[in-house]
Amino acid sequence: MGRKLLTEHINVEGIETFDVYRKHGGYASVEKALKTMSPEEVVEEVKTSGLRGRGGAGFPTGMKWSFLAKPEGKPRYLVCNADESEPGTFKDRYLMEKLPHLLVEGMITSSYALGCRTSYIYIRGELMYILRILEKAIAEAYANGFLGENILGSGYSLDLHVHPGGGAYICGEETALLESLEGKRGNPRNKPPFPAVWGLYGSPTVVNNVESIATVPWIITNTAAEYAKIGVGRSTGTKLISAGGNINKPGVYEIELGVPVEEFIYSDEYCGGIWKGRDMKAVIAGGSSVPILPKDLILKTAAGEDRLMTYESLSDGGFATGTMLGSGGFFVMDDQTCIVRHTWTLARFYHHESCGQCSPCREGTGWLEKVLHRIEYGHGHMHDIDLLVSVAKQIEGNTICPLGDAAAWPVAAAVRHFREEFEWHVKHPEQATSPGAVFNKNASVLA
Amino acid sequence: MDQPAEKKEVQFSEGALAEIRRYMSHYPADRQKSALLPILHIAQAEFGGWISPEAMDKVAEILNIQPIEVYEVATFYTMFNLKPVGKHVLEVCRTGPCMLRGSDQLIQHLENKLGCAVGETSADGNFTLKTVECLASCGTGPMLQVREQYYENLDAASADQLLEDLKASTVKKPWEENY
Repeated sequence: MGRKLLTEHINVEGIETFDVYRKHGGYASVEKALKTMSPEEVVEEVKTSGLRGRGGAGFPTGMKWSFLAKPEGKPRYLVCNADESEPGTFKDRYLMEKLPHLLVEGMITSSYALGCRTSYIYIRGELMYILRILEKAIAEAYANGFLGENILGSGYSLDLHVHPGGGAYICGEETALLESLEGKRGNPRNKPPFPAVWGLYGSPTVVNNVESIATVPWIITNTAAEYAKIGVGRSTGTKLISAGGNINKPGVYEIELGVPVEEFIYSDEYCGGIWKGRDMKAVIAGGSSVPILPKDLILKTAAGEDRLMTYESLSDGGFATGTMLGSGGFFVMDDQTCIVRHTWTLARFYHHESCGQCSPCREGTGWLEKVLHRIEYGHGHMHDIDLLVSVAKQIEGNTICPLGDAAAWPVAAAVRHFREEFEWHVKHPEQATSPGAVFNKNASVLA
Repeated sequence: MDQPAEKKEVQFSEGALAEIRRYMSHYPADRQKSALLPILHIAQAEFGGWISPEAMDKVAEILNIQPIEVYEVATFYTMFNLKPVGKHVLEVCRTGPCMLRGSDQLIQHLENKLGCAVGETSADGNFTLKTVECLASCGTGPMLQVREQYYENLDAASADQLLEDLKASTVKKPWEENY
């Protein structure tokens, strides 16, 4: 059993209330930071821990904090990105629902480190029931002197609010999120300037994922040195993985970084193997935007070693063979999964969610969806397969924000690894009457 | 040519106004437009599950901004219904992970059961059927959302039961619930 830093007390009855959370060591990081540490020391501690952003990009959190501009006379803001919308990813929802005070505690300690007087949790609008849970936790924190004026007599004051979005995946991109928080359409901003210089209301702002902020209390309470002992190499600490798809035990698992992928999929401690006694066909390891990998490549690295659940091992060899740890949205496809249909659903998602600001993304995602639809429904031509790759290439790297890349990568990777399945769909238009018909590599017939 | 229909003034209830004021207090005095999304959610709950042009005009008046600033936001975000809907809006997730767990079949079942296609309202006015993209419920699909409630791990039998339960229920506004 791996160590649990975030979820150790997740099943304690009443842990969502202030009193029970406090009895289990809750808010110790606020006490320690405000009474014994300077803000700079808290930033340094997070830097030393090696914590990397848990929203997907994996950028070192402490370094991001140290970029924050500190102009005189201007407020600074911390905004928690709780707009979890990446297909396959549901870890933040679970964490906020079960342990709302952990996020509140993380927001207070982090806000102190960054010198913020007002902070926001931007939560996706669909999760309104979790907004109520968080608001209740925040009210309890105010009532117990952990929020508001002069927290614990330290002289530090903080207001914390939850802000609901309106249903737009693009608002998970940090500058689109800030636009949305300002009451506008969620169109990503051109960068630079980055939010650390020009963020919310034109003030210096840090935007961090829920899991990143929820990890800060453990680091401050138990020290960065202890945190850095966990994990492998530059992948320190633990990570929440949300496992879904065709497995026996879908759910959210906290793993120590470095667990072998094979163990994660097949052991009873985690996913419990493939459902219905089937074989595994492919895995998307870090949320829908990261490249899909067939069974052999997800279990072994390019060098033939066991692939590990770390930032480095999952991306070894670049996108040709590797994938990414990303957001930890891990979903498994069994041998009955139609890769063409699955890729089409993801292309449809990105087309729907494109904000429309950049032409390559606005038009290109629509092309991808249309071409995939006609292949899936038996109207495709062989040249359509290369057309998919061509369109994906023309989107990638040509947009203001990474949504274009996120739309292009899954399609390009699906064609790269499962080209014969796409060809089979084109060659068997009669199967158009069976959407989702599955290519069986061994029998070359419908499975 | 049709003449534009005369706009009717709409009014928020005291409960809704209290909720609006609470949200407005979260943002700096000169940044009140930030409250726009929260207020649109309140408007949708207040006025029968959708937001009319009159409701948007009222929101603009409250925030002291131009109506166009409300229209451009309300049309961007998928959660806001800009046409009348049934008593309950069923929002079925259809993205990849839910598809792997059977969302295609669930959507087809609901279309048959309700006698209406996705995007339409059942003849009895009880249900509007919508599909949505990823609701962060990938480990518990197939699923659907009705207002603020998630219904997960659905199959034909549990979906049928849900429809019966919803038909018999009354629709409360969030600020009337005891959270």
